[in-house]
Amino acid sequence: MNHRAVFLFVAIALNVSPLSFAQKQNVPAPDKGPSVYAELDKAPEKARAKRNPLEKDPDAVAAGRNLFEEHCAECHGDTAEGGKKGPSLRAGAVQNATPGTIFWVLTNGVVRRGMPVWSKLPEPQRWQLVRYLKSLGVAPATSPASASQLSGAAAPSSSPRRLPGL
Amino acid sequence: MPRFCRFALLALLLAAPVVRAQENPYIVAYSHNLEEPGNLEIEYFSTYGTQRGGNDFHAFWAEFEYGATAWWTTEAYLTGQTTFNDSTVFTGFRWENRIRPLQHEHFINPVLYFEYENKSGADKIFKEVEGHDVESDFSVSNALARKEHVHEVEFKLILSSNYKGWNFTQNTIASKNLTNVPWEFGYALGVSRPLAMKASAQRCTFCREHFAAGFEMYGGLGDRYTFGLRDTSHYLAPGVAWNLPSGWTLRLSPSFGLNDNSHRFLMRWGVSREIPGFGQMVSRLFGGRS
Repeated sequence: MNHRAVFLFVAIALNVSPLSFAQKQNVPAPDKGPSVYAELDKAPEKARAKRNPLEKDPDAVAAGRNLFEEHCAECHGDTAEGGKKGPSLRAGAVQNATPGTIFWVLTNGVVRRGMPVWSKLPEPQRWQLVRYLKSLGVAPATSPASASQLSGAAAPSSSPRRLPGL
Repeated sequence: MPRFCRFALLALLLAAPVVRAQENPYIVAYSHNLEEPGNLEIEYFSTYGTQRGGNDFHAFWAEFEYGATAWWTTEAYLTGQTTFNDSTVFTGFRWENRIRPLQHEHFINPVLYFEYENKSGADKIFKEVEGHDVESDFSVSNALARKEHVHEVEFKLILSSNYKGWNFTQNTIASKNLTNVPWEFGYALGVSRPLAMKASAQRCTFCREHFAAGFEMYGGLGDRYTFGLRDTSHYLAPGVAWNLPSGWTLRLSPSFGLNDNSHRFLMRWGVSREIPGFGQMVSRLFGGRS
């Protein structure tokens, strides 16, 4: 095969297929309903019960904020209230989850729905992120919705919607 | 490259929003960490190699690594090399894909890798060592070496584990030249960890958590008919990566040949920049939903 034709094929394959795939996979449905947070329910009991070893570390929140801005804000928004790709992390479902549950979701990602595995961050950094997220509290504007999201997350979802990131 | 394309690439690199990469120091080995979906990482790498019985060389390549999904990363390479006292040649391109078959993090995480290579015999980037690759293969002049066209497929099984901040990875390589050449095998091993486990409360450029250090070991394992270590070359390479808060990553890795078939010394370095949301930027350009 002629080099130019092969190169063209590669360029098209690289730039069209994955992009359209990413478009389908990563852009959330406009309706971020309760089951967006259903992944939190999947955390095993042992993981939920884990305590944050940095709970009393005075620097953990500030360090977690730096990590959030570097790795998470792109999808979840600068204020963690949701972005183009990821849902709000200030919803009740997240804020009322145990630190161990959030740590578990960070570690395992939600790979099929667009959230990468963050195990490449060392464990202490993931716990710092958890401290920061928990320090944010429920966003006032989303509080009423969050209550229903929390109850929705607690109940098994019969038709889980896409979870582009958490 | 046309001036406009160079300008556009530079503008993209400089104007892209900042997202700090968390790269390990590997240049040959792969871990199970894939590119974040929608992000494009543009990388440039160099390999300077000493050559007994020939001219030293400087091989280089550009990588465009794109996170198609959270479980699929696709990458294109353009490669070239300069052999001192000889010439500079473009040596071909590669297209690789890495797929993560398991959803959750496990103690050992498999990743399936497949690659198509269209290159000339003058390729010297040392992105992997396989079969009976030995130092003397690289002493041929560029004029002669580039007459050989290689169409090759390569498969890797990547088994990688993150444990207490350390990454351990093992890559098993099987490659097949699409002409009548037997399957060739190789391996790459890697271990690395960041210099600090916790992030600092203050923003800083030189904090230890921005650095990762480790070792790679890689080499050939013969071919289908002569599997084993006989007539193969092997390398040990310490390496360090510096993930700058500005989104750039620098890597440095000297490699030392472990037997007489290996080059005595290879010096590698690389620079990369991650562009977040590249997929969305492009899809918006073509009228897609943002």
